[in-house]
Amino acid sequence: MLDFSILTDNFDLYMQGFVNTIKISIIGLIASFILGNIIAVFRLAPVKLLNLIGTVYVEVIRNIPLILTGFFFYNGLSYFHINFSGFTAGTIALSIYTAAFIAEAVRAGIQSVDKGQLEAARSTGLTYIQAMRYVILPQAIKIVIPPIGNQFLNLVKNSSILGVFAGLDLMYYADIIHEKTWVTFDTYIFVGMFYLVLTIPLSLLVNFLERRLAKTD
Amino acid sequence: MDFAGAYSSSNLIYLLQGFAVTLKVAIVAIVLSFIFGCILGILRYAKIPVVSHVVALVVEVIRNLPLILIIFFTYFALPEIGIKMSVTMAAIAALTVFESAMIAEIVRGGLNSIPKGQIEAARSSGLSYIQTLWYIILPQALKKMIPPLVSQFISLLKDTSLAIIISLPELLHNAKGVYSGESGAKYIIPILLLAGFMYFIVNYLLSILARRLEKRLDPDRSAAKQLANTTENLL
Repeated sequence: MLDFSILTDNFDLYMQGFVNTIKISIIGLIASFILGNIIAVFRLAPVKLLNLIGTVYVEVIRNIPLILTGFFFYNGLSYFHINFSGFTAGTIALSIYTAAFIAEAVRAGIQSVDKGQLEAARSTGLTYIQAMRYVILPQAIKIVIPPIGNQFLNLVKNSSILGVFAGLDLMYYADIIHEKTWVTFDTYIFVGMFYLVLTIPLSLLVNFLERRLAKTD
Repeated sequence: MDFAGAYSSSNLIYLLQGFAVTLKVAIVAIVLSFIFGCILGILRYAKIPVVSHVVALVVEVIRNLPLILIIFFTYFALPEIGIKMSVTMAAIAALTVFESAMIAEIVRGGLNSIPKGQIEAARSSGLSYIQTLWYIILPQALKKMIPPLVSQFISLLKDTSLAIIISLPELLHNAKGVYSGESGAKYIIPILLLAGFMYFIVNYLLSILARRLEKRLDPDRSAAKQLANTTENLL
């Protein structure tokens, strides 16, 4: 069976990676949420140039692998004498990548609110901003929360990328433990368990939110 | 930045070879994982006692693990318990395992979306459960599943780049090979741009295909339902 001494002897290393993965995920979520909303606004704005920037951003970032974006920030910027650490490069790439998906979720959510809502709100005298704030956005938020929850789940899983850039996450520490103990199988089974501790509750939460929000319709 | 040097014919050929590996691995993995995913999805949908629950547990665990961990584990950890395989096989196996779990959920969602009245009507006209599934439910469900499945294929194409950690000679690996080392530093940005472009072209075209298919097969899907059903997984 499994050699649990690998877990207990190296628990502090596992925890370092675990805590860093959480940190990366939270920073990534905040950054990508902010950036994602900005891009969504670009795509919805009545300004053609902003639309173009938003669309290009989303289409390009979504269609290339996250690792490639990671390599760009980790290796590619060295030409301009910018040398990010693995942690920084990885977190930036992760945020940029997830922001594209959040932008799409927000945009689709806002657009799925019936146009009649906006028309009715405007015709009762509300300004565009007031209509958005009091009528459209509250309805859009209900639709948008499950996909964003899903993206956060993906973010946590994608954070494992940082191991490739020595980004101090769980995978990176797993490598250290593996070099110490010469055991691969048990070491990484425990890594998997640590990830599941994060991802399964999140997954259950997203399912719960989906059902809850669908009910209040 | 040396664009001309970066795009020498030998480099381009090397990148295209990597791209060929990427496509090969992706196609094999998608075909295998479609087969396994359908089986798993149907097993879970059919609510067979014990079996469905075991499948549910396995699918949920696999779906919630990072793919890079599964790839690493398949190639580096399994040999410790006697299962050895080549890099290509490990990449295909890991991708298949992960994507099967993803597709199982897509299939289950597609099957669940068929109104229960269909099953009731079919059963009451004498069809067995299996006949109902095969002739009535699956054909309708498959139509709805095509857009998320294409979406999953796009994800899989991107995910092949993760196999760089086990040195699969796919596109990104070869790209890195071109710009690594002392003399390659000036090639980094041109090569990354080119590799990115190659991924982008294939995936962008596939996503346009997905959108066209969706419009043709299911025109009454609102944007909200679209949102709820888009499966975007790891990378």
